[in-house]
Amino acid sequence: MSLLTLKGVRTNYGPIEALRGVDVEVNQGEIVTLIGANGAGKSTLLMTICGQPRPSAGTITYEGRVINDLPPHETAKLGIAQVPEGRRIFPRMTVFENLQLGATLADPQHFETDLAYCLDLFPILKQRRDQRAGTLSGGEQQMLAISRALMGRPRLLLLDEPSLGLAPLIIRRIFDVIADLNRTRGMTILLVEQNAYHALKLAHRAYVLQQGLVVMQGGGKELLANPEVRAAYLEGGAH
Amino acid sequence: MDGAVALGTFLQHLINGLTLGAIYGLIAIGYTMVYGIIRMINFAHGEIYMVGAFVAVTAFTLLAVLGITAVPLALVIVLLVAILFTAAYGWTVERIAYRPLRGAPKLAPLISAIGMSILLQNYVMLTQGARPKPLPPVLTGGITLWQGEGFSLGITYIQLFIILLTVALMTGFTLLITRTALGRAQRACEQDRTMAGLLGINVDRTISMTFVMGASLAAVAGVLVTMYYGVIDFYIGFLAGMKAFTAAVLGGIGSLPGAMLGGLLIGLIEAFFTGYVSGAYKDVAAFSILILVLVLRPTGLLGRPDIEKV
Ligand SMILES: Nc1ncnc2c1ncn2[C@@H]1O[C@H](COP(=O)(O)OP(=O)(O)O)[C@@H](O)[C@H]1O
Ligand SMILES: [Mg+2]
Repeated sequence: MSLLTLKGVRTNYGPIEALRGVDVEVNQGEIVTLIGANGAGKSTLLMTICGQPRPSAGTITYEGRVINDLPPHETAKLGIAQVPEGRRIFPRMTVFENLQLGATLADPQHFETDLAYCLDLFPILKQRRDQRAGTLSGGEQQMLAISRALMGRPRLLLLDEPSLGLAPLIIRRIFDVIADLNRTRGMTILLVEQNAYHALKLAHRAYVLQQGLVVMQGGGKELLANPEVRAAYLEGGAH
Repeated sequence: MDGAVALGTFLQHLINGLTLGAIYGLIAIGYTMVYGIIRMINFAHGEIYMVGAFVAVTAFTLLAVLGITAVPLALVIVLLVAILFTAAYGWTVERIAYRPLRGAPKLAPLISAIGMSILLQNYVMLTQGARPKPLPPVLTGGITLWQGEGFSLGITYIQLFIILLTVALMTGFTLLITRTALGRAQRACEQDRTMAGLLGINVDRTISMTFVMGASLAAVAGVLVTMYYGVIDFYIGFLAGMKAFTAAVLGGIGSLPGAMLGGLLIGLIEAFFTGYVSGAYKDVAAFSILILVLVLRPTGLLGRPDIEKV
């Protein structure tokens, strides 16, 4: 069943056309990945789903409802959470406060359970609980950003380059968590990556975005085997 | 004996300065919070405080007409009424002067805030008259702390009330900002508005609430100053606003403890300058401080360097 459908979505920043008619579908329970070079429009796509910026054409349907005109705090209410590019944790607040903010829309009854779940997923955050988030390392910040999103109990999790700038060991941990969230919690995930190798290995389906257009799509393994994809996004074998 | 008188005089200036500083601090919080969340100086904030003072005079007069003269009851009613009305003005200013210009170049909301300030001044002048409005003393008397030859050190009940109420409000307000979901949402919007929205925080509403809170504290300052001086006019918002703004900059604009500290310092400087140098030039003293801070330490005493990089 389709959870999220984008049809002919266009997004502009003034005169710049970042998305030029994109069709993407994410089914319930899937991991879908979106790969593409820098500036292809990946982040714009995720942000457009969340409602900022708004698309100038096309339709975004979520759970059967057109959400084109909803602002971010409304799309969040529908259960769409984003771990944005650059993590965007609140640097001058504690780790705990960041997690509290993640639970803004959640039922307060679930707070302790969800907190325990996140701290279990990333035990390092337990030690950092009362530390200012800005003092965390890059990997810890990424773990915090993911946990913060999970505190809202999302039904659709959008991840924007979670591996960017992280050490290989931490990347592995993050991708393990993503796979696990999908497998054990049935969470639907739309994952944007430049680290195409890991993402494609993980994904049920994948799209390749180029200058604001989908130029290729297929199963994750299928694209991983595709010579064009290998040449363009896996040069030197990123594994 | 001379030394005792000198000390007594010093302490009297200190008490006067604390009282003034409390009032400036209450107003300064509004500047600093609004700056924190939208990175704009709300130049209409002084006028919001002035509106609070006028609501206070009107409310006190009405209560007297109605025969409600018990001081504690009258005070509570006046404070609540002033907060309610003034907060509505604060909310409206944001709606009219700022929200439509969100995302516009910085100069646009600046000009519209100055326009709002002129509008409010003239509106009050037209509806309330240009002549100073007196208020019969509400709270009289005081406590004599020390008495010597031809000299007495004392604190009036009004001064005591001003200082205690301000301490209580600032404590409550600090708790609100640091401990509650609303305060957390406000701080989140200060640090990353887009991210706050993605987490489900209604950013527009949070900004509105910030204006409402700043206006509420300014309203209390308006009530207190009306009781303290016993006379107000439509122009008091300008000078008090400038001084509270100076206080916010001195403390470090964007910083809540900074606004409180800055208010206190400006009040003390003014009182000591009046006492030891000259009352005629007390405003010059306050604004010289503003210029000095801007030149020597633009981030203020407790300000963060990163917040100034806008
Ligand atoms: N806020 C913005 N304002 C103007 N142009 C932008 C903005 N964000 C992105 N762009 C432009 O839109 C295009 C797509 O950017 P982006 O979505 O960030 O790509 P990706 O995430 O794939 O690297 C780029 O040309 C980029 O310069
Ligand atoms: Mg990007």
